[in-house]
Amino acid sequence: MINFGFTVWIVLIPLIIFVLVGFFGNRFKPVVSGIVGTSGLFVSMALSYYTAYQYFFNVPRVGDAFQKLIAYNTVWLRLTEKLHIDLGVLLDPISVMMLIVITTVSFMVHLYSIGYMKGEKGYERFFSFLSLFSFSMLGLVIATNIFQMYIFWELVGVSSYLLIGFYYTKDTAVAASKKAFIVTRFADVGFLIGILILSFTTGTFDFITLTDPNGTAITQGGGIMFLGLSTMTWSMIFVFMGGAGKSAMFPLHIWLPDAMEGPTPVSALIHAATMVVAGVYLVARMFPIFHFSAPVALDVVMYVGAFSSIFAAVIACTQFDIKRVLAYSTMSQIGLMMFALGVSGYGEEAGLGFMASMFHLFTHAFFKALLFLGAGAIIHAVHSNYMNEMGGLRKHLPITHITFLIACLSIAGIPPLAGFFSKDEILAAGHEKSLFLFILGLTISALTAFYMFRLYFSIFWGKEQNYHHTPHEAPKVMTIPLMLLALGAIFAGLLPFASFVTSDGKPLAMHIDLAIAIPAVLVGVFGALTAMVFYRKETNIPEKISTALGGFYRAAFRKFYMDELYLFITRKIIFNYVSRPIAWFDRHIVDGSMNGVSYVTNEVSTRIKSFQSGQLQQYAWVFVTGAVALALAFIYLWTN
Amino acid sequence: MFEGVPLTWFLIVATLMFFIGIYGFLVRKNLITILMSLELILNSVNINFVAFNKLLYPQHLEGMFFTVFIIAVAAAEASVAIAIIINIYRRLVNIDVEKMEEMKY
Repeated sequence: MINFGFTVWIVLIPLIIFVLVGFFGNRFKPVVSGIVGTSGLFVSMALSYYTAYQYFFNVPRVGDAFQKLIAYNTVWLRLTEKLHIDLGVLLDPISVMMLIVITTVSFMVHLYSIGYMKGEKGYERFFSFLSLFSFSMLGLVIATNIFQMYIFWELVGVSSYLLIGFYYTKDTAVAASKKAFIVTRFADVGFLIGILILSFTTGTFDFITLTDPNGTAITQGGGIMFLGLSTMTWSMIFVFMGGAGKSAMFPLHIWLPDAMEGPTPVSALIHAATMVVAGVYLVARMFPIFHFSAPVALDVVMYVGAFSSIFAAVIACTQFDIKRVLAYSTMSQIGLMMFALGVSGYGEEAGLGFMASMFHLFTHAFFKALLFLGAGAIIHAVHSNYMNEMGGLRKHLPITHITFLIACLSIAGIPPLAGFFSKDEILAAGHEKSLFLFILGLTISALTAFYMFRLYFSIFWGKEQNYHHTPHEAPKVMTIPLMLLALGAIFAGLLPFASFVTSDGKPLAMHIDLAIAIPAVLVGVFGALTAMVFYRKETNIPEKISTALGGFYRAAFRKFYMDELYLFITRKIIFNYVSRPIAWFDRHIVDGSMNGVSYVTNEVSTRIKSFQSGQLQQYAWVFVTGAVALALAFIYLWTN
Repeated sequence: MFEGVPLTWFLIVATLMFFIGIYGFLVRKNLITILMSLELILNSVNINFVAFNKLLYPQHLEGMFFTVFIIAVAAAEASVAIAIIINIYRRLVNIDVEKMEEMKY
């Protein structure tokens, strides 16, 4: 059996790069940082591919199922003899798959950033933060226990915060980074509570023990009931709260659109391909517990995912900032992944949803990163984020145009591109659960195709605008990652994904059910064609429709007033009814008691200070009087 | 004990000396006089030591030794006190105890 000890280096190399570039990057020319960072990630990527090859082909299976391997483990913090926090490397199908996704996208983004960030202030800082992020994300997916995952989870949040606020002189970027950090942090409190309840109930942090379907953690049942739900259900709901915060699920999604203030490669890496799917990964990692011990929590996952998906898809149709459209699209696709996990069962054919979710995560990473990097190339060329200031760019940006089109076709689910296969599996999983969910999935697909092609036609077709200068194609260092990712967006779906990643590790036969595939493709084509009619030539149909929809359109355009709702809740309710009484209590009761103590001390001391007159003989007089009085008292006591 | 001199007489002398010393310590304003009063107090205690030693344990000499100790310590104390008084005099050109109230609150 092969020794997987080297997998530690997949994680450690980005950390080393972070330290090197962070401390010494400014001593060299900026481009050196970029090259060092990119080559470091290249090594990590090569190691990941090697690991995947070895893991999937050279590790003996037990009963046809892929095993969970501990490649490396060290005790980091020993709490009791039984309960200790480890740091290590866990290899199983989903973590190996995530290693590939993260290192590939991260490598592409590094390469792309060499060109995109050229001439920016803080070039080295950017690359060191990118490496820090890659390190944290890789550490998260290979976590052997939930506590290690939590540590890296927070690290990912920090690096996301740093990168969103990269342009720290821009007020909106600073506000967005704070918003992202606070919202995800708030969700992470839930995650921590979930971890504590879970580890208290089961007595372990270890994933292998926790998720073994025959293990004690699952067979001991749900634990005591509280408010009609078992302890395990509560802990899983809290854990999912953390996942929902990171994965921008409703109602904790408000940070994601604002996070687009960060540099575009960051959006591609963190807010499209990797960090935001951490929530999905978390649920997938804990899936057996969700399924066996907390089915109610799994239903919550399903409903939240489905609702977020359709909610975000509707908003995406109304936005004009291309990055925001992509952000809402990301939220919608992640909603689909959550939804697929929610409808999934465990093992064999029942685990189709699980497989579909992971498959979609895999393909989505490619085409969404491609879309973001393409959007970056467009923004780079026209210096604007707004699609109504773009148009007719297909002649100026041929490579970006083709790759963007491929990504749009892929996400819209047109065969034989990657998105078709994964989305088809999700729809099939939904169909197994109920017809309503299937129709919901089809609606989301149609909306997805519509807003993606709205974006595509508005940018590349339509009327040509007056640009400041003729838009020009991005340099090679930026177009090569686009082309590579486009290859991924085309061919990733052809992988026999179900043979590798399934809920119980046993390979699954993947088949395309025409009864599902045909409607799915038809709605995708329908959405795309509608967008073509609306936006290919300049028409007044979109305006007519938006005025016809009236209030609903305005609500969707204002993102259903979620930001306003949050402001209302925080400013008007929490500030007025919680913070103010607490502040009053602090000022009057806490400070007041302290002030009272000092006031009393001060008063008493002014009254009695005249005793200390400095007159030696007065002191002596008091002393002698006291001594005589004591002597008399003793004599009196003795004689009686 | 010395023939014909009862203990009470020693004690009367010692008590008189003691209270004269206390009186001087409390009433006189001159630091040198206060120091002299202090010596009176110490010596009255010495008389007590010697008298009681002779009366209670004629074979032993602890009381005598204590007296010698007290005389030695008193000498040291007197020299330190006089040094302090000289310093005070240099500073204030005065050795009136009531004028020295810089250390009050």
